[in-house]
Amino acid sequence: MIELIVAERCTDCGACIEVCPANVLDPGTDGLPVLARVEDCQTCFMCELYCRADAIYVAPDCDRRVSVSREDVLASGRLGQYRRHSGWDEWAEHFPNEQWLMETVFRRAGEAAAQSRAERPEGLGGKK
Amino acid sequence: MSKLAAFPELLSITTDVLIVGGGMAGAWAATSAAQAGAKVVLADKGYCGTSGVTAAAGPGHWWVPPDPAAARDAAVANRIAAGLGLGEADWMYRILDQTWRTLPTLARYYKFGTDDEGRVNYRAVRGPEYMRALRQQVLSYGVTILDQSPVLELLARCDGSIGGARGQRRQDGSRAYRVEAGAVVLAAGGTSFLSHLLGSRTNTGDGYLMAAEAGAEMSGMEFTAAYTIAPAHSTMTRSMAYAFATYYDADGGELDLPFGPDQTVRLARALQRGPVYCTLQRLPDDVKARLHTISPNVPLVFDRWGIDPYRDRFEVTLHNDGTIRGIGGVRVHDVNGATSVPGLFVAGDNASREKVAGAISGGGNVNSAWALSSGVFAGTAAARVARSMKSRSAELTPLGRAGLRPHGRPQDIDVAATRDRVRAEMHPFDKNLFRTGAGLAASSQTLEDLWSEVANHGQAGSIALRETAALLATARWSVATAAARDESRGLHRREDYPARDPRLAARLLSGGLDQVWVALDRPSASAQPGQLETTS
Repeated sequence: MIELIVAERCTDCGACIEVCPANVLDPGTDGLPVLARVEDCQTCFMCELYCRADAIYVAPDCDRRVSVSREDVLASGRLGQYRRHSGWDEWAEHFPNEQWLMETVFRRAGEAAAQSRAERPEGLGGKK
Repeated sequence: MSKLAAFPELLSITTDVLIVGGGMAGAWAATSAAQAGAKVVLADKGYCGTSGVTAAAGPGHWWVPPDPAAARDAAVANRIAAGLGLGEADWMYRILDQTWRTLPTLARYYKFGTDDEGRVNYRAVRGPEYMRALRQQVLSYGVTILDQSPVLELLARCDGSIGGARGQRRQDGSRAYRVEAGAVVLAAGGTSFLSHLLGSRTNTGDGYLMAAEAGAEMSGMEFTAAYTIAPAHSTMTRSMAYAFATYYDADGGELDLPFGPDQTVRLARALQRGPVYCTLQRLPDDVKARLHTISPNVPLVFDRWGIDPYRDRFEVTLHNDGTIRGIGGVRVHDVNGATSVPGLFVAGDNASREKVAGAISGGGNVNSAWALSSGVFAGTAAARVARSMKSRSAELTPLGRAGLRPHGRPQDIDVAATRDRVRAEMHPFDKNLFRTGAGLAASSQTLEDLWSEVANHGQAGSIALRETAALLATARWSVATAAARDESRGLHRREDYPARDPRLAARLLSGGLDQVWVALDRPSASAQPGQLETTS
């Protein structure tokens, strides 16, 4: 769930409020978006993707709140990771969209599984 | 009189076509209706572009070139066989053709990938970019998008045809709004019954409930027993990397869960015995190196938890897919996505996919081709209906009942507790995956009690209560249909009837609000629909 908006990075553009499919954020009186309904967060990371200021950290934990240290997150280099690897905005020329490879991966897995079946003796040995 | 009507400022819009839901199907429907010359309004509970299960995923479309024709014949024949008697070849050909012709037209807004041989790949797209492109396309046609505007109920004309909908602008002081339309397309998604399936939190079956209130029936609601793997405590139901996973039990013993059609069921059985751990060490090195540019959201979970998935063993779980990777939805009456209710069309997960998927999950491919094609069919047909109407001016009656207008004395409903109880019937493997007649009867009783409470006492006050009514209605149709299908077929698995029964090689319809019904959908006119079972 969304756990942190880094105040000094946030430009108060409002994009996270607008794009959140679960309406988790509210505009704050001091300019910063407020995490008003974290319990509704669906941990989809869309707010991170749309945050050009790389100010948002979503913890992968979807069924439990975790405490997140602002200093640790800033030091981790993970702010903006999703937007960067997606090749959005200024990263467009650096990270190609290779989604098209997905079906070849499934095909190779199917071939590997078939080969494994062919090579395996009858019975499952020690496996359960 | 509902509380919503008390808001003084009502936003009122008149249009030709209203699209309810701004995911993949809704966006294609809006595009097609606008291309057909209609004035279009699209309302989304969240944000058209991020809402729904496509936005966070990576849909591959069912994609078979028309030439040579034998390739499509083979693809359809395979799918007919896999669908175990519930699919229809002509529908499959139609969505193959529609997808082939329509998807490349998005190139103005989506940069389709180029493979290592320099060929453009249309079939596999990345969710966030795809939905962003669809939003841009929809806007380019002059469609009015109402974001953050959940639709609460449909509005009917005096002849029963659908003439609009009513909802709430949740980022505008909960201001009520009302759209009068010549025709309405429901593309509000399916439901995972609030599992943690990625992107499914707002998909609460609202479109099913609204269709039923208008008089439409469901089909295939027993096929909700689909599940997808994710790291435990995460939503990351992106399964590609798991095609090469190795699984272990709590003692470190390797589990025999080979990649293939039985893998999910075997994994569920293992999870019933105890925690299951997994490593992705067998993923080929070239895929490991490119995982972040194939599926950029998948590594987020591992990185942030400090897990090296190629070395470490991490705990996994299965999230319920409900009707999202399952099958059921509103029955489509004809090739235009029309329902049995005049003026009401359905598309995407809101519609039953049995005709193209049969009794098994459509996986990503058939489901995406269906969402696109059914959106095009419904949007085009709705525009035609709206244009042919002579006069729009009519008294409109709101159709919402459960969660809006109680039968009896209003009381506070514990929405969170009610939702948890729906989850507790629809998610556990022993109830929804490995089904028994006795277990389904017990689920039915629990759900009937919950429904009575919401329908009798729940008053308009929150969107969450209305969503809960939709979840309950959907769960009741699913359980009742599963109880009526005394056999195992595809996604529907009955421990007490492990074999297929040739007499049940037919679709099952369901519906009803205070009284749920299930009936055989006879493919020919030779037999009348037979009432199989009535509950509650």
